Amino acid sequence: MKAAAPVRDVGGFPAARLALAAAVWAGLYLLKGPFADGLTYRVLGLVPASRLADAVHFFLFDVVKIVLLLVGIIFVVTVVRSFFSVERTRALLGGRREGAGNVLAAGLGVVTPFCSCSAVPAFIGFVAAGVPLGVTLSFLIASPMVNEIALVMLFGMFGWGIAALYLVSGLALAVVAGMVLGRLRLERWVEPFVFETRLGGQALDPSRQLTWHERVQMGVEEVGSILGKIWPYLLVGIGLGAAIHGWVPQSFFLRYAGPGQPLAVPVAVVLGIPLYSNAAGILPLVEALHAKGLAMGTTLAFMMAVVALSLPEMIILRRVLKPRLIGLYVAVVGAGILATGFLFNAVL
Amino acid sequence: MTIKVLGSGCPNCQRLEANVRLVLEARGIAAEVQKVTDVAGILAYGVSSTPALVIDEEVVLAGRVPSPRQLEGLLVGR
Repeated sequence: MKAAAPVRDVGGFPAARLALAAAVWAGLYLLKGPFADGLTYRVLGLVPASRLADAVHFFLFDVVKIVLLLVGIIFVVTVVRSFFSVERTRALLGGRREGAGNVLAAGLGVVTPFCSCSAVPAFIGFVAAGVPLGVTLSFLIASPMVNEIALVMLFGMFGWGIAALYLVSGLALAVVAGMVLGRLRLERWVEPFVFETRLGGQALDPSRQLTWHERVQMGVEEVGSILGKIWPYLLVGIGLGAAIHGWVPQSFFLRYAGPGQPLAVPVAVVLGIPLYSNAAGILPLVEALHAKGLAMGTTLAFMMAVVALSLPEMIILRRVLKPRLIGLYVAVVGAGILATGFLFNAVL
Repeated sequence: MTIKVLGSGCPNCQRLEANVRLVLEARGIAAEVQKVTDVAGILAYGVSSTPALVIDEEVVLAGRVPSPRQLEGLLVGR
């Protein structure tokens, strides 16, 4: 590191370093198969095609695959997001009409760096800047619903078609739910102080005045901080997935939760609500469930409920929204997730 | 110098405050560190992504936890 320091170009695009990192990443990704084979059959000496060997192999293969996918995607997403900010999004959405405004809000909800812990100042800031309530809600729905970690893991597990389906249906749901809630004229169910709050001071846009070096640095730090937070869930999720992969009989879920079971989707949504923030951990589990016959629509509905309907976020939003509006929000988003689940069970 | 850490008590805000105190102590800078946790107070600075850092009533950083080196640049330069 020290050797490269004297010529460090603070403002320039660090092409050489990024290319090297990408090459190392790709090499490791290609080696995940031989690594899992070697460790399972040679080092541990497990008998190929036995249940234990299958489960261990699944676990090792998935740990390497998922961790590498996460490292890559979190880095790329963080660098892309460093060009966006809540302040910038708010300025873009101020005074927009419903309809086009909802579409823009849902799209920006995906790329704007946003933590549900700052949902309250963001919500008030939007309203104070003249963003219509329905448009604000489209943003708040899309932001957790189209979760970048979930998106890339779906891509890694089921291919780009399912990942695209998740992205498009998540965006559509945020647009429609925001428009429906906007039409209902729910301003009376927003806590009154929200409308009295005035934005003061000079708004500082965090997305500006960053050098490439800083953006890359942010990407590296974010990878460390997210993986540091989610690794226990990840290991438990992959472990459960491996156990299901090895021991649960083929097409077990086809019988109980296949496309012919209308109750499977609502049950999946209700089960998904309390599992917030474990999106990364729940996905390896979901992969194993799907492999044993859980329908794709049910699988997607479950995952959307996990990421989009979270109890902690509802509690935070309670400070600005009255309980009736929160109830309606959950009902509209929940209905949208149910519809998505049923639709994809029917067409896939 | 008066330093204010804006944020409603999320983990990132606590990390920012801790980092600020570390840098101040390491560099021997005398400054008063205050926390602003109420939403109206945060919005009064035009900030809607927390955590944010205010030095002598000027918003110098919002929406993320800076690296210690960057934080040092912000605090020592004054």
